[in-house]
Amino acid sequence: MELVADVVAWFLEPDHWQGSDGVPARTLEHLWYSVVAVLAATALALPVGLWVGHTGRGGAVAVNVANLGRAIPSLGILTLMVVAIGIGFWPAFIALMAFGIPPILTNAYTGVREVDDDVREAARGMGMRGGELLRRVEIPIALPLVMAGIRTSAVQVVATATLAAVVGLDGFGRYIVNGLAVQDFAQVAAGAILVAVLAILVELGLAALQRALVPEGIAALAEQAATDAKVQGGGVEPAASAPEARRG
Amino acid sequence: MITLEHVSKVFPGGTTAVDAVDLHVAEGEVAVLVGPSGCGKTTTLRLINRMVEPTSGRIVVDGRDASALPTHELRRGIGYVIQHTGLFPHRTIEGNIGTVPELVGWSKPAIRERAAELMELVGLPRELASRYPHQLSGGQRQRVGVARALAVDPPIMLMDEPFGAVDPIVRARLQEEFLRLQQEVRKTIVFVTHDIDEAITMGDRIAIFNVGGRLEQYASPRDLLAEPANAFVADFLGAERGLKRLALVRTSEVEAAPGPVVGAETPVEEAKDVANQAGTDWVVVVDAGRRLRGVAWLADLGGVERVGDVALQDPPLSVRAEDSLRTALDAMVTSHTGVAVRVGPEGTYEGVLTQDILTRELT
Repeated sequence: MELVADVVAWFLEPDHWQGSDGVPARTLEHLWYSVVAVLAATALALPVGLWVGHTGRGGAVAVNVANLGRAIPSLGILTLMVVAIGIGFWPAFIALMAFGIPPILTNAYTGVREVDDDVREAARGMGMRGGELLRRVEIPIALPLVMAGIRTSAVQVVATATLAAVVGLDGFGRYIVNGLAVQDFAQVAAGAILVAVLAILVELGLAALQRALVPEGIAALAEQAATDAKVQGGGVEPAASAPEARRG
Repeated sequence: MITLEHVSKVFPGGTTAVDAVDLHVAEGEVAVLVGPSGCGKTTTLRLINRMVEPTSGRIVVDGRDASALPTHELRRGIGYVIQHTGLFPHRTIEGNIGTVPELVGWSKPAIRERAAELMELVGLPRELASRYPHQLSGGQRQRVGVARALAVDPPIMLMDEPFGAVDPIVRARLQEEFLRLQQEVRKTIVFVTHDIDEAITMGDRIAIFNVGGRLEQYASPRDLLAEPANAFVADFLGAERGLKRLALVRTSEVEAAPGPVVGAETPVEEAKDVANQAGTDWVVVVDAGRRLRGVAWLADLGGVERVGDVALQDPPLSVRAEDSLRTALDAMVTSHTGVAVRVGPEGTYEGVLTQDILTRELT
């Protein structure tokens, strides 16, 4: 209980809210590391995921490579980067970006792959070229899953950006690293709480963005599917209708 | 309008889906491709808009070699309707119908106007324009699929089991509407089904395919039913071929027999003579305007002077010029007289149809 009181006291201390090591400054640092890493991960993983989903070729390879990245602990990647290129922004950036790639890649791939074959057949049959099909049909329909991937990635990166302090950067990780060094557990706990709150806020912000981006028809469809699942008492994801074997 | 010259498709792995098929579809005609599963009918359809590329042979669409055009240009000029519609779930009905116009760069107002026009043509209420596909019934979705394929008014339509996914009642209505629509738009249509009755209803010509992609016979429904080329075709056409043929002939196409017909004022003795000459034991009674009044049985004519003095029986079931001979047969077998009476537009007596007439038609 003493720790709780200490943490509250830590947050109430005016000195902790100003200056270059105050909460506002640390928030900006933490956000900065996270945003550039997620943007870079998106820039790399999204086109690859969408394209692989669109062509249907190399999907297994891409997803497995991405998942391999997931299997390596983030601290491991970070250490590897430090050994390779030393301390500073770049090893942290690369490690965070690598950590942000798998959910985006996997979801973009799955989202496009799951577009109904009949929809794709109709689109091609009406004379859509590959790019038109992707842009006008596959991406809009895949958007809920694509956005879910980016949200997952962002939350993970925000949580993991704490490690940046280990390689000489700051952010909320600084509170944790410094706190541990002097056994100031209130400061450690405060750092952890700040990371959690920021992760939740990022998630909420991206959810709002998703609502704005996803086409009305798709959102309504997803909602209806969810209601149907509840009505059936399942709560299970309704299975996509199996593409019927083509006759003739 | 569409010509397949010796076209074959062998899939990687060696399966022959289409085997040296020759097929010509004339402008404004409905050609129905029909056959059992795995007979290559869908592949043949998809060869026309190059969703499948032929292994050999030549396909000519609207006077041009199909392989000479970029696929997307070829396809934009050909309406395509598939069984499960493939409507875009993220676009409104209007947006779905406007797909191809948008691809070829129509203005927004023009697309909107065209969508409204097409929705009316296929019988969709205008207020559905801003709805999404999942909010519509199966029959409505099929109509949207047809409207979408008609959007840029292509001269050719390819339809792959377009009514296969709806229940029989809706299907019958869609078929009826399709035929009405075709009267209006006169497209060149290639239509795939596995249902021979649908083929007979919809087709100007029917192509019967066999497993292995062989085209067994390509002929009008009447010729097909009258002279199946081989046992496979006969078997595929199924039982009751005679009845199916009768369904394709209108009563106006055969000559009705004059029949034993008398006015209500005719003396009984004269009526008996008329019946005897016709070899019947009844006469049809008409009024002064030759409108059908009923039937008098000779056995009921005792003790009266004029035919009209007895209580007339209900007339035998009557058929009109636009009814089929199958309907006439139904009237025959449910009437004690054994004949169907053909009446004109005003209900005037035109003659009787007998089983002899039907038999002559079929042989």
